[in-house]
This record gives sequence, structure tokens and C-alpha cells, in this order.
Amino acid sequence: MELLIKNGIIYDPLNRIGGEKMDILVKDGKIVSRVKNPKVIDAGGRLVMPGGVDMHTHIAGGKINVGRMLRPEDGRRGIEPRRKLTRVCTGYSVPNTFATGYRYAKMGYTTTFEPAMPPLLARHTHEEFRAIPMVDKGGIPLLDNHWLIMEYIKSGDMDKLTAFIAWMMNATKGYGIKIVNPGGAEAWGWGKNVKSLDDIVPNFDITPAEIIHGLAEANERLNLPHSIHIHCNNLGHPGNYDTTLATFDLVKDVASEKRQVMHATHVQYHSYGGSTWADMDSKADEIAKYINSHDHVTIDPGQVMFGDTTTMTADGPMEHELHMMSKRKWTNKDVELETGSGIIPVFYSRKVSINSIQWAIGLELALLIKSPWKTALTTDHPNGAPFTRYPEIISLLMSEKRREEALRNVHDAINKRAIIASIDRELNWEDITIMTRAAPSKILGLDKYGKGQLGIGADADISIYDISPEEEDPRKIQSALSHAKYTIKGGEIVVKDGEIVAVPEGRTYWVNPEFDGETTKDMLDDLAVKFKEYYSVNLANYPVQDAYVPHPVEIKTKV
Amino acid sequence: MIITDVLCPFCGDLCDDIIVEVENNKIIEVKEACETGVSKMMGHERIAAPMIRENGKLRETTYEEAINKAAKILVNSLRPLIYGWGSTTCEADEKGIELAEKLGAIIDNTTSVCHAPSVLALQNVGLPSCTLGQIKNRADLIIYWGSNQAEAHPRHMSKYTSFSKGLFTKEGRKGKHVLVFDVRKTTTAEVADDFIQLDPGEDYRVLSALRMILAGGEDIVPSCVGGVPKEKLIEIVDRMKSSRFGVLFFGMGLTQSRGKPYNVANAISLVRELNAHTKFAVIPMRGHFNVTGFNQVCAWATGFAFAVDFARGQPWYNPGETSSVDVLNRGECDSALIIASDPAAHFPRKCVEHLKKIPLIQIDPCPGPTTELADVVIPVAITGIEVEGTAYRMDGVPLRLRKIIEPSHLSDEEILSRILDKVRELRGD
Repeated sequence: MELLIKNGIIYDPLNRIGGEKMDILVKDGKIVSRVKNPKVIDAGGRLVMPGGVDMHTHIAGGKINVGRMLRPEDGRRGIEPRRKLTRVCTGYSVPNTFATGYRYAKMGYTTTFEPAMPPLLARHTHEEFRAIPMVDKGGIPLLDNHWLIMEYIKSGDMDKLTAFIAWMMNATKGYGIKIVNPGGAEAWGWGKNVKSLDDIVPNFDITPAEIIHGLAEANERLNLPHSIHIHCNNLGHPGNYDTTLATFDLVKDVASEKRQVMHATHVQYHSYGGSTWADMDSKADEIAKYINSHDHVTIDPGQVMFGDTTTMTADGPMEHELHMMSKRKWTNKDVELETGSGIIPVFYSRKVSINSIQWAIGLELALLIKSPWKTALTTDHPNGAPFTRYPEIISLLMSEKRREEALRNVHDAINKRAIIASIDRELNWEDITIMTRAAPSKILGLDKYGKGQLGIGADADISIYDISPEEEDPRKIQSALSHAKYTIKGGEIVVKDGEIVAVPEGRTYWVNPEFDGETTKDMLDDLAVKFKEYYSVNLANYPVQDAYVPHPVEIKTKV
Repeated sequence: MIITDVLCPFCGDLCDDIIVEVENNKIIEVKEACETGVSKMMGHERIAAPMIRENGKLRETTYEEAINKAAKILVNSLRPLIYGWGSTTCEADEKGIELAEKLGAIIDNTTSVCHAPSVLALQNVGLPSCTLGQIKNRADLIIYWGSNQAEAHPRHMSKYTSFSKGLFTKEGRKGKHVLVFDVRKTTTAEVADDFIQLDPGEDYRVLSALRMILAGGEDIVPSCVGGVPKEKLIEIVDRMKSSRFGVLFFGMGLTQSRGKPYNVANAISLVRELNAHTKFAVIPMRGHFNVTGFNQVCAWATGFAFAVDFARGQPWYNPGETSSVDVLNRGECDSALIIASDPAAHFPRKCVEHLKKIPLIQIDPCPGPTTELADVVIPVAITGIEVEGTAYRMDGVPLRLRKIIEPSHLSDEEILSRILDKVRELRGD
């Protein structure tokens, strides 16, 4: 099918287009320079962007699914009946797979990455990917607490480390290296945690700092499109910002010419000053200062929005701490040799000082970091809030007036222990397009594969919003972003006037690094021992079969 | 031909180390599996061909006619029940849920009559848990409560718990303490270090006493609770607190005795509270090899784990109202599709009587009591032997079942797809 989108105001930052009236041509799912007999969409001066890219959203796999089982009360929120084209929808913070796909598409999003795939349970993540329509997907396997990874880093065997990571990308059909509270999951196997970058992981004689550095090096040796993707140690602890800054500093000697060498995720939860919850304050300024003066780290905020949601993370000990504080229902799931996880419901209240400060910090990070290329917009769905809150967050970032209104209704502490009230920056559409499209795509290394941009040859993933870029009313901005006028996915109109009109399946991106065969053979001998002695499944049954990735996009890399 | 790393399609342990010898498309030997697994894999009496009941008697027919008849029954029903799913793939589950959604049916699985209380407890208090390999490598205190896995999950103890060895459990059985709570001395209890015999129906009280002692309130615990002396309970709590890594497995002795979900929530709460002292996990001993898988698929597709009623065009989940036993007991269903389970053998009499009254479709490889009541019988290939696909082990680890021999029948998924197509056709959409 051919499309001609005319009279749109185009924002395409990767191609240096910032609000120009121009035509977009589409053929066979790609942006092209010529069409013959296209269907014409008159965008009539409305806002046109590449399809949205969410680089960190917990949408598929063991955690979100236990979240659904844990919270039928959440499932009952957001129920929509089956329609001619669409399946039933349920849930708010833990939506079912169908709702996940439809709701992203309705907001103009076309690419979503699940950033916490336990390797042993990767098959489950891919099964849910199959069941999420509308969007392209990728899963990032959790590797930092794997016994073999820790052993190779400890012994300094970079070759085998690299070989094992390459094998894991194949085995999990994974897209990169996720690190979550390095060393923490292993310690949590004994009910313990690690508290600093230099703590020793029990029984493995290695520190979180060594794990992070080793994985960052291996990541660059493998030429992976994405950098290491880290959830730092000490999440949610007052005073943790210095751990965060020290983590950033750990990898500044690791080189990459093409992009960052570390992506730090949901940094809002890692930007706390003070020493207790009573004096916890925002250190978003310190974090922003670091990011503004260094180019090797990118972040996403993990914005908190007020209301009820569900927290879920591979950081098992952290979820237990939350349970000990709130006493709310709690699940935990340790995964042998590899990782762990926990889930707990949460209510972020505007009347609570800590929650108000958390809310402020996310906005502060997005506003204080000067270059939007260094920040991808996230709520760490559903941890800070469900992804459906993005339009509201964008309206806050674009309007000081709306922030002022919001500030009147939050806890007083925000005036003393946060910075937000003093910030007058208002992001513009170019900033927003970067944070929600171009930057996440570039940070993931997907820009080269046609995501987050509208250049010739790019995927024809396009969103058109029923709003003029001149419009300043934040509520109109929120409303327009919530219901795309059109969402075009792979050249097909999938949303029109905020309603689903087509239900494509979406593809799965994964990385296949080529690595030296001899080292791989030696590594496989070590791995065979792990399976024979310690895993509860056989090696032959471990790798995710092709059947689970029906529409793969395989990205090959070379060392 | 020798095939290794085969998954056993029998119990919730989903052993994946089975060795099968095949000759002329027939399994001639099965190694490593337990007796039950061997028996299942070697094969049993099969339903030869599709059948339709006419004048009270089943007569053989074609797949096409049976599928058409099944679709007609479903389309002409106002309140169909789609039930079973214990022994099929997640791919079939997905089709079944789509069919239920399309029909406005109630869909439910065997969880309803085994671990439904575990799901209800999970949604009340959570579930601190782990994979079985974590137990194998770390656990030094193993507790079985109301579960006789020596009979029901015969390789459980040797693969994952009492007799297994792992990185931090190198001594195997010697370094572990195994504790069994049950109302009778089971085979499992015979190989335990300690057997605590409970008075029937007293599980909740005993769990409460343990929690009270753990919370420091032993002075108000009576001298004997549920048949267990207080001193013994104190000793057990001490042992739990001083373990490095403890685990509590529970079976239907806990989920189906007096108190049901409250028992389970109490057990989970005990484990939850123990995590303030040491590391402790709790795992339900799920029965069939993919009963867990249905809960997973149902959760991601509908938001709810079982007992989902689509009558309103959207999911309504209210176990006790929308669970099969309750719907049948009220005589509410006007047809039923039963797949990969045998409710006529397990359901309460009143439910079976209602099943007998209504048009009944059975999809299964083997004849059983449900076949005697069925109006349409559709034989299928055996999942995990003749059909590949996904199954979830009791701890939520998903594995891919293998196809070892060529099937002589269509798969569950194929049959459901064809019924779904026919339903669409009959409905004109």
C-alpha cells in the first residue's frame, strides 16, 4: 500500500527536521521518495512525528503476569469488551497483552522494549510478545547476577565472558545486557543485599563495580547496538545519588564512538539525597550536572505519577524492603543461577512528602538535563505509573503553568526538598519528539534500523496528532497525545481518530553477535557443567526456539 | 532411534531429561521417567475416531462432521462452559480463550478444583517464591505440607529437594532437614526427618500457632494445637528461623481441606514473615504438567487466571460464581466443551448429573468417564508425545514439549481452530 501524508508539520529530529511543513511518502512499509497512486492523508497543519519508542516498559513475561494474578482489582479497572477487530481489554497498571498493544498504538507508539527478561523465563516473555499486537518489541535479558558471568569477570576471562553473552543473546532471542542491582539478586538468594559498589557478593568474591565494568567492556567488544542498561544499586534509598554518580563514573574509560556506554534507567529512583525518609531530598541537580558534563551516559527518568500502580522489578531485596515498610501483598521470584524479582502494589499520594518529591525528581531530571538526546521518556511502566500517563507527563514538561497548578496540590516538602518550583524551562515539540522517539531509538541503536525517524528507507511508523504545533494549552496537548489522529505502523494505518482500525502482529528485534568458535567451545564446556550440576532444566531445552519469534528482526554484529 | 531431553507430559514437575526409544513411529522404551511417566508415554487405549451420539449411542464419524456438530452446539447455546486444559499446550489454551471470548462462554480450567485456593491466596497476600533450581542449590530446610509427592510427583525429591545436590547443598540429603506435615503418614513422610501428624481440618490453626510463636506470642499458644504439642511447634519455628534457606511446598491436603484459601494464605503469610529472619520460599505443588500454563495464558489474555465469564462480552472473574463447579451446580450451563481433562471422574455428583443433561463435547486422546456422557467426541493427538508446544512447570518455568512420534490425530489447537472458524462461519462474520 502507498500513502501520501501531506500538509503535516513534521518533527523528525534524527534528520534535523524540526517543525517543517512537508510531505511524507510511504510504500511497502517504508518511507520512500516516490509513490505512484497513494492513498492521501491530509494532515492539515497537524503535528506529525515518527512512531513513539518506549525503551523501558514492563509489558511481557513472568513479572507482569504474576502482577495480573496478584491484582485482579487492577484487572477490573479498564475493562473494555471485545469489538469486531479487537479482543477484550483489562487492567490499568497490569493490562492484558491486547490492551497493552492497543493502548500504545492509540498514543501513537509503535515500538516497545521489555527491559527485564529473566533468561530462564525468556520463552514466557516471547509468548507474551506474540500476544501483544500493534507494536514492535524487543526483550533485554538480565545477565549481571548470572553465576557464569560473575565467575568469568572474577577470573578476568573476557573472551569467555564475551562468548557467553553472545550465546545468551541467541538463547534468549535477546537484545542487550540488562543489569539490575548487580550482585543483589545473588545476595538475595540468602535474604541479603549489597549496599555499595564495593560490597563483596557472597560466595562469589566479586563486587558490583567489577560486574558493571566487565559487562560494559564485553558489551562494546560485541558491538551490541545498545549499551549496557543498568538499574543501579541502592534503588529507592535516601542518599543513593552518590552510588548513582559513582556508577556513571565507573565506565567513563569504556569507549564507544557511536553512542553512550551506559544507559541508566529510572534514575528518578536513584537521585535521592538525605540519610532517612525524613530528610530525603532531590539530587536531580547533581545527577543532571553529571549528565550535562559527560557524554557516556544516557538516562530515562522513570517518572512517578500520583495514584495507584504496581511496582515490579528484578531487584528482589528492594521489593522486600517495600513490603516490610508498607506490609502490602508481596510476591518474590528468585530464578536459579540468574536473577530474581518482586512485585508489590503501591499508591503514590500527593499528600505524602516522599511521593511528592519522587514526582518532582522525574520532571526535574527531564528539565535540568540540557540535551534531550540524553533522556528517554519513561515511567518505568508500571513502576512509576502506567505508560498511559505519558501525555499528561508531556503536558507537564511543556507547560510551566500546568506545573504551577500541580504544585499547589502536592505536599509542602516539595518546596524545601525538591527543585521543581524553581525551574521555568518548557520543553518544545522538538524536545518531546526527541525524548519519545529519536533519543530512545538512538540509545537502543535502532535509529540505524529505521526506528525513531522518518528518513528515506526508515520504517513507516508514523503518528499524526490532532493538534497544531502552535497550540499551548497543556490540556489540549494531553488530549491530542492520548488519542492519535492516525497511527501508521509499517505503512499500515492502524489507528484512526483514536480508534483501532487494523491489528498487525508486530516484530521482535534481537541481536545475534558473531563470536570466535574456539572460545565458544570452551565456554560451552563450562556452561554444560552449570546445567548438569545446578540448573533444573537440561541445556538442550533452554534456548528459545524459533517458534516463539514468528516475526524476527535479527541484527547481526561482529566483534 | 533414541531421543534425549524429552519432556514428560505428566505431572507439574515437567521433567525434561527423559530418554525415549522410538521404532517405526512407536515408543518402545522410556528411561529416566517415573513409573507414571513411563506408563503415560508408553501409551494407553485411545479414542480411534470422532463420534457423535445418536439415539443414546456413539457412532463413528468424520472430523468434519464432529467439528460442525460441536460448533453448532456452541453457537446455539446461551451459556456454554469451556473447561479442562490440564494436559494441553499453551497454544491450545490461547485458542480456547479466543473461542470462549467469541462465544461469550465461561472458560475455566482444572485449577478450579485443585489450586484455586492458591490463586485466591496469592491475590490476597502475595507469594514469595522461587524456581525449583534455587531450592536444589540452596535449601537446607524442606517442608511438605499436605502433599504426598512421593506418589504424585515421584521425582520431585530426587531432582529438586531432599536428595538433590547443588552448589551450596553439596552434601545432598545429609545437609538437609525434611519436615512433613500431613494428616496421615504418607510415603513422603516415611523418608522425612520429622513427621508432624495433624488432626484433620486443623491446618489453619497449626499455621496460626506457628505464626504466633514466630511473632513472639508463644505464651498465648495453647499446649497442644491441632494435635501438635506446643514444644514441638516452638522447635519447628526455631528450626525455620535458623535455616539458611527454607521452602514450604504445599499440596491439595492444604488447598482442599477445611479453610481452603485461608489455609493457603496463612501458609504464605508464615513464609512471608519468616523472610524477616532468613530466606524462605513457598511453592504450590501443581498437579498436571500444564495446569500452570493455562493460568499464565488466561492471565495475559484476560487479566485473570481462571474462571472467566465472557457473557457480558468482557471478562468477569468471580471464583465461587464463575468457577465450573458452581456454574454446573446451579444448573446454569446449556452446553459444555471439555478438553484435556475428565470432570465426570472428579466433579461432584450434582455437577456430573448436569453435564449429563446438556449437550457435551469432549476433546481428548483417551476415553474416560466423560466420554460416557459426551454427545460429540473428538479424539486428538497426545500433547508432548505427538504434538509440540509450550507447558509451564509448577514453578512457572516455561519449556517446549517435544513431538516424538508422528500423530494419527489432529492436535487440540487444530481442532479448536477449526471449531472457531466454523463458529465464525455460522455466525456470519
